[in-house]
Amino acid sequence: MYELIVTLIPLFPLLAVLANGLNVLAGYRYSHDIAHRLAWGSILLSFLCSVWVLGQTLAHPDPRTVIVYRWFFGGDLTVNFGFLIDPLTCIMLLVVTGVGFLIHVYSVGYMQGEDGFTRFFVYMNLFMVSMLLLVMGNNYVVLFIGWEGVGLCSYLLIGYYYDRVSAAQAATKAFVVNRIGDAGFLMAIFLIFAHLGTVDYLDVFARAATLDQTATTAIALCLLIGAIGKSAQLPLYTWLPDAMEGPTPVSALIHAATMVTAGVYMIVRNHAIYDLAPDALLLVGVIGAVTALFAATIALVQTDIKRVLAYSTVSQLGLMFLACGVGAYTAAIFHLVTHAFFKALLFLSAGSVIHALSGEQDIRKMGGLWDKIPKTHGVFLIGTAAIAGVPFLSGWWSKDEILGHAFTQGHYVLWALGATAAFCTAFYMSRLLYLTFYGESRLDHEVAHHLHESPTVMIAPLLVLALLSVVGGLIGVIPGGLENGWFHQFLRPVIHAATGNGAAHDELAYVLMGVTTVIGVAGWLLAHYFYKLKPEQPDLLMNRMRGAYTLLLNKYWVDEAYDNAFVEPGKALGRGCDRVDQAGIDRAVVAVEQVTDLSGAGSTWIEKHVIYSGLNVVGYGNHLAARLLRRLQSGLVHHYAAILVGGFVVLVNLIALFLWFQGL
Amino acid sequence: MVPVSAYVMVSAILFVTGLIGVLVRRNFIIVMMSVEIMLNAANINLVAIAYHLDSVAGQIMALFVIAIAAGEAAVGLAIIIVVFRGKLATNVDQINLLKW
Repeated sequence: MYELIVTLIPLFPLLAVLANGLNVLAGYRYSHDIAHRLAWGSILLSFLCSVWVLGQTLAHPDPRTVIVYRWFFGGDLTVNFGFLIDPLTCIMLLVVTGVGFLIHVYSVGYMQGEDGFTRFFVYMNLFMVSMLLLVMGNNYVVLFIGWEGVGLCSYLLIGYYYDRVSAAQAATKAFVVNRIGDAGFLMAIFLIFAHLGTVDYLDVFARAATLDQTATTAIALCLLIGAIGKSAQLPLYTWLPDAMEGPTPVSALIHAATMVTAGVYMIVRNHAIYDLAPDALLLVGVIGAVTALFAATIALVQTDIKRVLAYSTVSQLGLMFLACGVGAYTAAIFHLVTHAFFKALLFLSAGSVIHALSGEQDIRKMGGLWDKIPKTHGVFLIGTAAIAGVPFLSGWWSKDEILGHAFTQGHYVLWALGATAAFCTAFYMSRLLYLTFYGESRLDHEVAHHLHESPTVMIAPLLVLALLSVVGGLIGVIPGGLENGWFHQFLRPVIHAATGNGAAHDELAYVLMGVTTVIGVAGWLLAHYFYKLKPEQPDLLMNRMRGAYTLLLNKYWVDEAYDNAFVEPGKALGRGCDRVDQAGIDRAVVAVEQVTDLSGAGSTWIEKHVIYSGLNVVGYGNHLAARLLRRLQSGLVHHYAAILVGGFVVLVNLIALFLWFQGL
Repeated sequence: MVPVSAYVMVSAILFVTGLIGVLVRRNFIIVMMSVEIMLNAANINLVAIAYHLDSVAGQIMALFVIAIAAGEAAVGLAIIIVVFRGKLATNVDQINLLKW
């Protein structure tokens, strides 16, 4: 029963993929309505199964392994296709299926009337299958299937509008950059197998302490490379902003709520290894903190509504890495969950804005929308408040916990970077809010004419997510108080590492919460001053600080630097190879061809004049002999009989002669 | 007791009779009959030698020859009828189809 239900969780979306995929291949035997019902219905069933599994895990929090079948084996290696169900998996399951379900429902409204409606849902469900395998796998190989599967679906969905060159390029970029991280992850799996002879989580973690320091650090660093690629951290973050070329529900599901958090999940899952490699862990924290601030500063000046949110995602993922780096794994997962709520909400409501404005994404052409699309405005406001750190909303609890841990663990520089990033976050998110919804309307006339609120099927998921964004943080404080909520108690069996002694720093924790709250509010107020009270102020500041502004607007020229450092040399190498090909290899091929031609002509001459004449002699000889011998054949039976008798007589006489010579 | 050489002599006379019939007669049916005479000459020879050597192998061989002679006669007569219908001829020298 338990095994069956656990197996059903990824199986439901897989069945929907098969059904809808076959429908597309067979030329649409059933309508779009059935296709989307299958899609979100399967996710709903998975969600219900996940809730049941959560209930079982609450009763028995010990990790339970469900082996579906033995996948492959040979020598010392045995890989099972199996699932590991523990509190961490349960949390991820609920986030993935719950948020995934809401986004699927939203997509029904958002994607209505698009070409390839069914194809979209096939990819989305395939993504859900991969993501579920990723979080449920009981060994690194199953994790890797999910890891590559989500990467593939990310590629397919970014390139959903494949007839648009920019979308196709963004998809390729995401795929190639992810490949770098995947190579690191694959090396980590090889190292783990080489040193421990197993790829099962529980075996690896139990025996991790027997590894020497170098091996542990090497494994931790290789895993980190994988996590950096998937979670868009420095220096491999460049694909995520470009990934906004995909439809908005894709950005919400894959590039905000679930797939990009896979790196954080993977590090938390492997915290037994990271705890033994403090150098690698510190690097995780440093990368996270620097990325958080770096991406937040870029977001300050971006003008595309989705790109601001994309850089915000990179920044928030950096905060999660920071939490891992200071050993606050529970805080990282807590922020992962709340971030899934409010970032999905922000992306989906941004999608609702884009939907209302007939595809307009530039916030310089928005403004004054708050009374035109009031429901979208309401949920966007809640999402902004949650991410900016307004007290008692979900983002406030989790972000404060991360920064508090960074401070109490003595990483003051990391804390300062994170706090600055939090300030920038509050600023750019409220800037986004003001430019989109308040002030004068800067809409194009045509766009304003078609302005409309989104349908209920899109608004309803937004309301649920808004509710979660408001109250979602309470799971971290109720019932045990700060850092001792249900969430922390539930995860404690998985994450037994010492993550700071909360009780000893109670007063300090409250002071720090106060500080970060002030920082968040200051960021909001600054944006209020710039974009509400003195709308001319940003331009003045922009002119005064033109250098810094240009630097940020061009995203520190990182894309250009990568282009010049890797892409252009790659292209130059290709051109060089082409030249070698044409000058060297092609010439050689042509020379060989000419030699062959010549020898062919020679052998043709020999054939004509020598071999043919020889053959003709044989032919004419045969012809002549045949002309003589055919006279024997008269066609008359008695001639043949006479020849037969004559031949017989001759034969008998010859034998007699022979015997006589023998002397018999 | 008739000596075996007498049987061989009868067999040889019959065989030569049949052979001459095959070579000199023109009528198709007579030629067929001559072939039968030659086959029976061979049969007498087989049976006589088999008796002389006290072996049944020759007698069994003679039975086979009789069976084959029956088949050969059936096929031969069928060919004669087909040729007769096609060319209205029963003389062998009017038929020269057996060439290149």
